[in-house]
Amino acid sequence: MDLINPQVVDLSRFQFALTALYHFMFVPLTLGLTFMLAAIETVYVITGRKIYKEMTQFWGGIFGINFALGVATGLTMEFEFGTNWSMYSHFFGDMFGTPLAIEGLMAFFLEATFVGLMFFGWHRLSKGAHLAVTYLVALGSNLSALWILVANGGMNLPVGGYFDPTTMRLQIDSFADVVFNPDAQAKFVHTSVAGYVCAAMLIMGISAFYILRRRHMELALRSFRMATLFGLLGTCAVIALGDALGVEDYKHQPTKLAAMEGIWNTTHPPEEPWLLFALPDDAQQKNYLEIGIPYVLTPLVTHSFNTPILGMHQLEEMSGPKIRSGIVALSALKTYSETHSADALALFKAHENDLGYGFLAVQHAPNQDVSAITDADVDQVVKATEPDILPNVFVTFWSFRIMVFLGGYFLVFFAFAALFSLKYTLVKHRWFLRLAVLSIPLPVLATEFGWITAEGGRQPWTVFEKLPTFLSSSSHSVGYMIFSLVGFALLYSIFIVIELFLMFRTARLGPQDYHHETAQTENKKGAFGLNFLNGDR
Amino acid sequence: MTCYVVFKLIWTGLLGVLLSLVGLMVGMDMGVGTLLRWVGRNNEERREALNIIGPHWEGNQVWFVLGGGAVFAAFPTLYGTSFSVFYIVMILLLFSMILRPVAFDYRSKVNSATWRDWWDWAFFISGFVPMFIFGAAMGNVLEGVGYHFLWDGQYIQDENFLSYLFNPFAILCGLMSVALGIQGGGAILMIHGIQPIYGRARAAAVPAGIIAAILFVIGGFWVSRINGFHMINKVDMSMPANPLYGQEVGRGVGDLLLNFHHFPILWALPAMALFGMLGSSLMLRANKPLVAWWLGVFTWLGTIGTVGAALFPFLMPSTTAPNQSLSAWNATGSEYGLICMALVAAIFVPTIFCYTAWSYWVTRGKVTPKTVAEDSHSY
Repeated sequence: MDLINPQVVDLSRFQFALTALYHFMFVPLTLGLTFMLAAIETVYVITGRKIYKEMTQFWGGIFGINFALGVATGLTMEFEFGTNWSMYSHFFGDMFGTPLAIEGLMAFFLEATFVGLMFFGWHRLSKGAHLAVTYLVALGSNLSALWILVANGGMNLPVGGYFDPTTMRLQIDSFADVVFNPDAQAKFVHTSVAGYVCAAMLIMGISAFYILRRRHMELALRSFRMATLFGLLGTCAVIALGDALGVEDYKHQPTKLAAMEGIWNTTHPPEEPWLLFALPDDAQQKNYLEIGIPYVLTPLVTHSFNTPILGMHQLEEMSGPKIRSGIVALSALKTYSETHSADALALFKAHENDLGYGFLAVQHAPNQDVSAITDADVDQVVKATEPDILPNVFVTFWSFRIMVFLGGYFLVFFAFAALFSLKYTLVKHRWFLRLAVLSIPLPVLATEFGWITAEGGRQPWTVFEKLPTFLSSSSHSVGYMIFSLVGFALLYSIFIVIELFLMFRTARLGPQDYHHETAQTENKKGAFGLNFLNGDR
Repeated sequence: MTCYVVFKLIWTGLLGVLLSLVGLMVGMDMGVGTLLRWVGRNNEERREALNIIGPHWEGNQVWFVLGGGAVFAAFPTLYGTSFSVFYIVMILLLFSMILRPVAFDYRSKVNSATWRDWWDWAFFISGFVPMFIFGAAMGNVLEGVGYHFLWDGQYIQDENFLSYLFNPFAILCGLMSVALGIQGGGAILMIHGIQPIYGRARAAAVPAGIIAAILFVIGGFWVSRINGFHMINKVDMSMPANPLYGQEVGRGVGDLLLNFHHFPILWALPAMALFGMLGSSLMLRANKPLVAWWLGVFTWLGTIGTVGAALFPFLMPSTTAPNQSLSAWNATGSEYGLICMALVAAIFVPTIFCYTAWSYWVTRGKVTPKTVAEDSHSY
């Protein structure tokens, strides 16, 4: 087993995080906007009022700008597993690739084929047929999220498969278990509903901007109200399902949960506080400046009043025997692969559940070979490996906190929005409208921090308790990695600038002007003074 | 033959069909991208050309995404190894491919000639470069790639990417692939386009098919001169999916034609490819672009089929550790996984064909300046 250059692993991780977070700026918006478009169009088909068609088309234009980048950057995500994580692809591809391929077959084809008709079908399809097409796009994008999260769920809770010592990988043996993975199911609903909140906030923000300027009032007020409904229901669902997801983590990923909550020592219920604020120090393994609400943590996480939650110190100690057993498993596996001896296989079978911990010990073994660990060294290697089982606590703790605080903010925000728009007093509350405009990026930010919590908290594993991250990547040169990283950073930065420019511009121009603009050849001055782009004038 | 072997064969065959569909559907769009600056001399003409593939390019592109997903699932080790071995090339492919969705959506959003001119170059790059790399990668795989495995399945690369990128045979394959893309793109431009786009597309597509046929024949002779691979021992086709298991592979000049010598019926595949390329050009010349487009099915199935027949049972042979070459027998997913996916594919592939056909039927007819201007959402 060759240890991959740690710099290459770090650069691969950084590149993946960069491209995933970027991709994830557009996907939640797509998920939510498709359903909102379908809802608005339904009203159009039922009532036949032109304003709703105009709304569908205008928000459809906003959707299109985001969708393009979602598609473009999604391709990168798929490819990176092969280009940067070859050992992961080999080890987990049988279980991960299957839902990914099904995503293409069942969901992405549906979404991508009908999105073309959604844009180009207004003149060619009957009202009903066009509505059906819009619903199919919404169905496609949400099914797409389902299958991607089923694939991702396997990384967090690898069920439905077994390790095969002859092929050296996890192989799928129960499709139903893979699909009904509790982690994946909880995450799917949490994530897709979070997407609805993102879309609702975007629509509300842009509508609020019009209301403030007293432009397109009819469209803006209606859109605002519909989005409020989506947002309020969505936020309630996000919070409820986030809670369900927390329980999953408590059951299956105790290290992630302990890091999320900053629990260093096993808790003593019931008075244990839920930390509002703390500065976890990974090096010293303790928290500074803790401020918490007593009696909240235990019922929040365990849904009971007296179940203790394991702390990170205890989890480290508990991993010792697993690491010891994993070392035996990995050594036996190596012997088996070289000799095919039945004894080695039997020894491996006895310890196979801890194989992942054996992999984890590789970086502390002499010459990165666990079979070279002598009885005299083994305690030392185990001790050195124990702290590796924890993710970065500071990052996990704070990304989780930011997400949760933002969730709380959305609840209050949407409650006020519902109140004002139901009482028809929205126009009076200019401060609230301004707040709505400023809040546009917040749900997207919350989903980004949610991703960091979920995936950062999974560390040090790419496949939880099965394959460590530092063994998963491809062994490239640092030069290759820098080349690709710089390329992505440059390309994506250019895209985001153009994207934001177009979003602001489309929003500023508004629905009527927007159609006017695309149909005619006359040039409006760029909303952001980007007139240097208009070199032909 | 065990059930596992049957499904290994089914997925190897499906991989070929999928790659052919990528060539046919995505190649056509990329051909249009490559030709865009030449078939359209002004903004209106270019918008016409773009709106011909406008409603469908996203759906077509999914064949590419699915191609990747299917290799990931059905050939996990091949996925990790091939994408990593071709790292720089793959990254260049990605950079160029992600330009296209953005270019489509953003080009017409701002009325500035400079803005549009930039995006038109983006279309060229995202049409030419991926098709070139697609073909060149096929060429690289035919020649074999330098890699080996460690005991735990970790792959180690033995060659530098420059040897893949700048290699005459791969360049030939890349150019042929671009030519085929131009032929397909020209056909769809003629089907939906009016003059002057129609005439310019015809002027490019007719010779493109002939050039592709010439390159294909040259490539055929070239292949008989290069070092190929053959199995020395009688392999156990139901072997576990591990490249370190009991395969003995020898190398020899002309080995890539061995299958054709053993099973002369396989010559039908290159014949089919040539029939497709030349027949398509002939039909385009005779102003029958729809027939020509359908002949593209023969072209791509024949071309990818020829590559597959030359390699089989290898999928990506190794030059530095031939015994560890990835083959149809040792690089697949698990039996259970292959069966699951085959069932899912059996349901959804026909469904996809149906609604894709419907979406083409809905948007049938010529794209004219009038239809482009009428549609507020057109590109």
